[in-house]
Amino acid sequence: MPLTKCETLAIRAEADVVLVRQAVRKLAIEQGFGLVEQTKIVTAASEIARNTLDYGGGGEAVLECHTDGIRKGLRLVFSDQGPGIKDIGQAMRDGFTTGGGLGHGLGGAKRLVEEFDIVSAPGSGTRVTLVRWK
Amino acid sequence: MERIPILKMGDFLIVTIQVDMHDRLALALQDDLTTKISATNAKGVLIDISSLEIVDSFIGRMLSNISGMARILDAQTVLTGMQPAVAITLVELGLSLPGIRTALNVERGMSLLRASLAESDDATSEDDVDASHEM
Repeated sequence: MPLTKCETLAIRAEADVVLVRQAVRKLAIEQGFGLVEQTKIVTAASEIARNTLDYGGGGEAVLECHTDGIRKGLRLVFSDQGPGIKDIGQAMRDGFTTGGGLGHGLGGAKRLVEEFDIVSAPGSGTRVTLVRWK
Repeated sequence: MERIPILKMGDFLIVTIQVDMHDRLALALQDDLTTKISATNAKGVLIDISSLEIVDSFIGRMLSNISGMARILDAQTVLTGMQPAVAITLVELGLSLPGIRTALNVERGMSLLRASLAESDDATSEDDVDASHEM
């Protein structure tokens, strides 16, 4: 899966979540994503970027453009050094939240992408990877 | 601080969201609208989101909250102009915005609000008639 482009954005404040959305939109357009595909990956990125800020206390987003033969895709990695997640299964379930949200963030973001991965443990931060192909 | 403007037109308040909102701006809009409904006795709120490119769970919750708070303050809310790609994504995300009335564009949204205002006026005058019969 050759990497064709990569950028790293810090997520330290609410305005950074907006910047992540805009950067993901720009890359999705460059990769030739259709409007619905763009909207899905941007929305998923917005959910996870907010989690990185609100629950992880900030972190970073690595946005990568990939080409696999004729397929083009985006791989987004969000990582923080926050408290981590104790029960990932519970956190993924719709309607579960420890914050003020609706509890649709993680599970919803997973439905909006083709590949989803989450690595987390109490005390060692959280890393969420989203991949969507055109 | 940056704010989203709220326009008053007769009995209605009109908001068009034209910027990519960060969370605090969305919360400020929620507070401003509730305050303004009560200050102006507005009977309806129209929120146009035709320039919004995404609605994630936070903005979705803000829209639901506004609609719920407005209802408690005796005002109807109608959401207009949602882009098809946004609607598809919202439902897949797991949000179907229950309890929020929607219309395809501002024009239809306004007629929906006017119709519901006329309906509630009729209901009030019928109540008055009933009361006079009982006397």
